[in-house]
Amino acid sequence: MSFEKFLFYVFAFIAIAAALMVVTRRNPVHAALFLVVVFFNTAGLWMLAEAEFLAISLVLVYVGAVMVLFLFVIMMLDVDLATLRAGFMKHLPVGILVAVLMLVEMIVVLGPSHFGLEKYAAPDPAPADYNNTAQLGLSLFTEHLYALEIAAVILLVAMIAAMRLTLRKRADTKRQVVSQQHQVKKKDRLRIVKMAAEEK
Amino acid sequence: MISLSEYLVVGALLFVISVAGIFINRKNLLILLMCIELMLLAVNINFVAFSHFLGDVTGQVFVFFVLTVAAAEAAIGLAILIVLFRSRRSINVDDLDSLKG
Repeated sequence: MSFEKFLFYVFAFIAIAAALMVVTRRNPVHAALFLVVVFFNTAGLWMLAEAEFLAISLVLVYVGAVMVLFLFVIMMLDVDLATLRAGFMKHLPVGILVAVLMLVEMIVVLGPSHFGLEKYAAPDPAPADYNNTAQLGLSLFTEHLYALEIAAVILLVAMIAAMRLTLRKRADTKRQVVSQQHQVKKKDRLRIVKMAAEEK
Repeated sequence: MISLSEYLVVGALLFVISVAGIFINRKNLLILLMCIELMLLAVNINFVAFSHFLGDVTGQVFVFFVLTVAAAEAAIGLAILIVLFRSRRSINVDDLDSLKG
């Protein structure tokens, strides 16, 4: 067994074990942290498949942004775990049945008889001066430029939508209204009272 | 050497685990969102594996777009979850049975 194959099995085993933990943990914080483990090991698998740019961006985007957002939301919401866990055992047999059925079907199709090394020979390792990021960028900015722009718009819309949805106006918050502050006249604020001088 | 079917089987395993997770965590919206992320990841593994074995970088471009859409989906999904929690004080899927806000 070559070293790459050994690494592949280590990454794959840890990813699958952590994925099992994600779906079975009681505490959502633990589930989110195990999902981070899955992402790290998948990044390792992609590194073995010579997709270096995507492996790094998976760690940056998912572990760095999406999972932090998940953890933030989990800790912000005060959820009642007991009621959410109700029915876990009831649905477990159905879940396992569906999973095993799907897995058997998929392995029949995706197994070595159709996608083994005889059908798809392993490609030669890329030369030392091969630049995955440059190749990906070349394809993105020439062939798929329109799709890239649409992706940018999707991210912008998602950003604005997330902010707008969670924006909350509280009745008791003190805030400045700049336009009103600018329109204030002297007579609105200042009252001059005429009175006789008093002796002490 | 690592064969294509090994990558595909790892992707299939992750996919069925997340399908089972959606079944058994039917009530917890947060875990459901995490399972969806896991499913998208499983699909991405297939894209990367095919891109490697067919020598075509377009598969990786696709993964790039899937990552973009998944990030947007997570952001909007969690924002909706927060709005929901503010109005219902719960993220139980069973409580979400009316269209009225």
